[in-house]
Amino acid sequence: MNLGTASSSVSWQSSTNDRVSDMQFPAGLRVLLVDDDPTCLRILEQMLRKCHYEVTKSNRAEIALSMLRENRNGFDIVISDVHMPDMNGFKLLEHVGLEMDLPVIMMSADDSKDVVMKGVTHGACDYLIKPVRIEALKNIWQHVIRKKKHEFPKDKDFEQSTSLEDGDRQQKPQDDVDYSSSANEGNWKSSKKRKEEEDENEDRDDTSTLKKPRVVWSVELHQQFVQAVNQLGIDKSKTLLFLHICPSLGEHSDPVPVLAEGSRYPFELVEIICGGMKWVEMLGIIPEAVPKKILELMNVPGLTRENVASHLQKYRLYLRRLSSVSQHQSGLNNSFMGHPEATYGMSSFNGLELQALAATGQLPAQSLATLQAAALGRSATKSAISMPLVDQRNIFSFENPKLRFPEGQQQQLNNSNKQINLLHGIPTTMEPKQLADLHQSSQSFVAMNMQGNPRMQQNNALLMHMSQQQHPSRAQMLNETNNGQVSRPPLSISQPLSSNGIRGPVYNQVSQASSMVDFSLNQNSELQNNGSPLVRSNSGMSTLTSKRIISSDIKGSRGFPPGYDIFEELHQQKSQDWGLTNVGSTFGASTDHSSIPGTLDVSPSMLVQQGISSIKKNGQNGNSHISKVFSSREESGNVHPMGGGPQLNLIPGGNLLNVKSEQLPDTSYQNTFFPDQFGQDDLMSALLKQQESGGQVETDFGFDGYSPLDNLPV
Amino acid sequence: MEVGQLQRSFVEYMTSLFREGFLDAQFSQLQQLQDDSNPDFVVEVVSLFFEDSERLLNDLTMALDQPNVDFKQVDAHVHQLKGSSSSVGAQRVKNCCVPFRNCCEEQNTEACLRCLQQIKQEYLLVKNKLQTLFELEQQIVAAGGAIPMVQ
Repeated sequence: MNLGTASSSVSWQSSTNDRVSDMQFPAGLRVLLVDDDPTCLRILEQMLRKCHYEVTKSNRAEIALSMLRENRNGFDIVISDVHMPDMNGFKLLEHVGLEMDLPVIMMSADDSKDVVMKGVTHGACDYLIKPVRIEALKNIWQHVIRKKKHEFPKDKDFEQSTSLEDGDRQQKPQDDVDYSSSANEGNWKSSKKRKEEEDENEDRDDTSTLKKPRVVWSVELHQQFVQAVNQLGIDKSKTLLFLHICPSLGEHSDPVPVLAEGSRYPFELVEIICGGMKWVEMLGIIPEAVPKKILELMNVPGLTRENVASHLQKYRLYLRRLSSVSQHQSGLNNSFMGHPEATYGMSSFNGLELQALAATGQLPAQSLATLQAAALGRSATKSAISMPLVDQRNIFSFENPKLRFPEGQQQQLNNSNKQINLLHGIPTTMEPKQLADLHQSSQSFVAMNMQGNPRMQQNNALLMHMSQQQHPSRAQMLNETNNGQVSRPPLSISQPLSSNGIRGPVYNQVSQASSMVDFSLNQNSELQNNGSPLVRSNSGMSTLTSKRIISSDIKGSRGFPPGYDIFEELHQQKSQDWGLTNVGSTFGASTDHSSIPGTLDVSPSMLVQQGISSIKKNGQNGNSHISKVFSSREESGNVHPMGGGPQLNLIPGGNLLNVKSEQLPDTSYQNTFFPDQFGQDDLMSALLKQQESGGQVETDFGFDGYSPLDNLPV
Repeated sequence: MEVGQLQRSFVEYMTSLFREGFLDAQFSQLQQLQDDSNPDFVVEVVSLFFEDSERLLNDLTMALDQPNVDFKQVDAHVHQLKGSSSSVGAQRVKNCCVPFRNCCEEQNTEACLRCLQQIKQEYLLVKNKLQTLFELEQQIVAAGGAIPMVQ
């Protein structure tokens, strides 16, 4: 590791503490400077020399990267321009961060907030605005110390304080560089404190004492790490393999040898271990992969949770970058639809719906599992929902096939259509059109990448609507809770629904539902006000605002029958995450529900749990949370959000499930626990389990701004 | 001319350049970076700036001359010019870049051409000024004097 390219570097590497206490520090800091502008390059070089740093400059990012690779320990810090012709500065930033884990400072003449934000979110440890002043460069060594500190096992004696400096520093990197530098230039200790505080701000537990040996993530160690991560989420995420081709990986054309000593996240390693992008994606979604558990699984002596946490953070960051890039490239939809594994998202989506719909506790795990499996197997199933809504009752009974009324039709449906499964939970009293609407909505969800919210809303609306229709009493409930939203305006959903690729005829039939949907369709405000999930538009509304609304609605709809809340949430999450369009469709889908994303097998409790916790946690957070919930839902199997186990009764006369049950979950939902109501051990345990894990489901999709480590339990 | 006079002229000239906004504080930074190990640092950097700017201005002229103007490319050039001009302290050149970028955003070729014209003018002006400054410096050095620092 310590190649000892220079005496100063050797000491720098081997013991930062020694180095730091060295009088000469930070002289000799080895800086790699990358800028395509020859004027700036020369000026910065001179400035850095004035700071007594060792400067290596390059006007090409590719050259710089190969320099770094050749000599992984030859540099302490990288300063790079953002706009470069051969490689985007952010790309370089990612490469460096992952491969060499060096601090990278971005700079640009562009001071627009979004670019600065991009730099920060990409992991730049600082962002300098040109023209760069020498004062700004004088303190870049702080970043090196900080980085190294994170490598060390943490010490408990860090100081907890919320330093304004830190806060400012985080938010206004370039400005504060100057302030902080002038403030701390002569005061190393205070800088150290600031760094410690910043560490905490950055979600790092302890500060290192700089005395302990640096943890080197060797190939084996990283492999163990990845295995542990996979293992933790393996049951849930195994189905999440997507064939995303990461363009950034593609850029890496030269076959880089598997981890040289000291390297950390070589792309090859990621590929090897993960078998390609698939694993990359998957890892980003694993909710259970929390540092503590990873650490336990790895069982490496001397490794601390903090080591794992920082490693995990980097890894997630990397995965996020890759997934966001690949998302652009392939589109979530494609991945989802195109691959069985992709139905994970759909599964989750459907599962949630199913759960919501299914009578709490009434849906046998088996059927859920079947549904989920079916959902998984289902790929682009938009057309699946073709079941004609012949008879409401039939549909419902159709929907409950597994549950209670095994009928030929139902069986078929169940077998063929995950959606049918979804309907298991749907009270059979739900009108076909409602189901259809739901189905359609879910379909539209699927169609709409990550558009969950609007869809979800719709689905919820549909679900609620359906329940209402089915059960007057429930309708009353709904009405009460929904503030009258439940009233059904003439449905005109058919169009929007069908536009989503959902069966047209279904839509037509579901006139009421559609009207409901329409009603909700642009009624974001209403949603908010009323908290009525019904007010969501079916037609793939993919407005983020609706998502927001949904969240608030969910909150607001606490008073609503649980089912609605859950539906909403489920739908939202689903649509958010996976853009599944079948949420609604599963419901109404009456028959074909093949398009229903097979989420049935997702444990409802888990999903709901997740959703609840996420909703609770995030309240208004839009997609990211919801998606989290969904993904967790996926993994946890079917969690029936409907807490109202006891309430789920077969309506005499058979096929009708008590819609009420759907709505039951509210209380339990709100409590994030459906244990009693559900009366399902698996649900309860799933819920509990989810809660334990903090319900942190990360989705690679639409992860914007989500900080992977934020939710990691400490 | 005797050294003292040369030096006074130099200071006056430099002060006027700052006053008129041709140069800003960044240029002073460059002067401070010059030392014994890099005695010609300022001239070196400014020469780099001239080269780079002329290249960019040519690229800009060509880019705006296209039937289908690639505004992204134009913007990239302007951005680069902004970076380098701000780094050497060529304030007026840098100030031309902001409206230029706005014109690029609006995809207004006419406006861009006007901006280009203006920026060319400013560039030539500052180039002229700096060359005069350097000549004065050389004269001072040739006359055995030291170059005064001007803030």
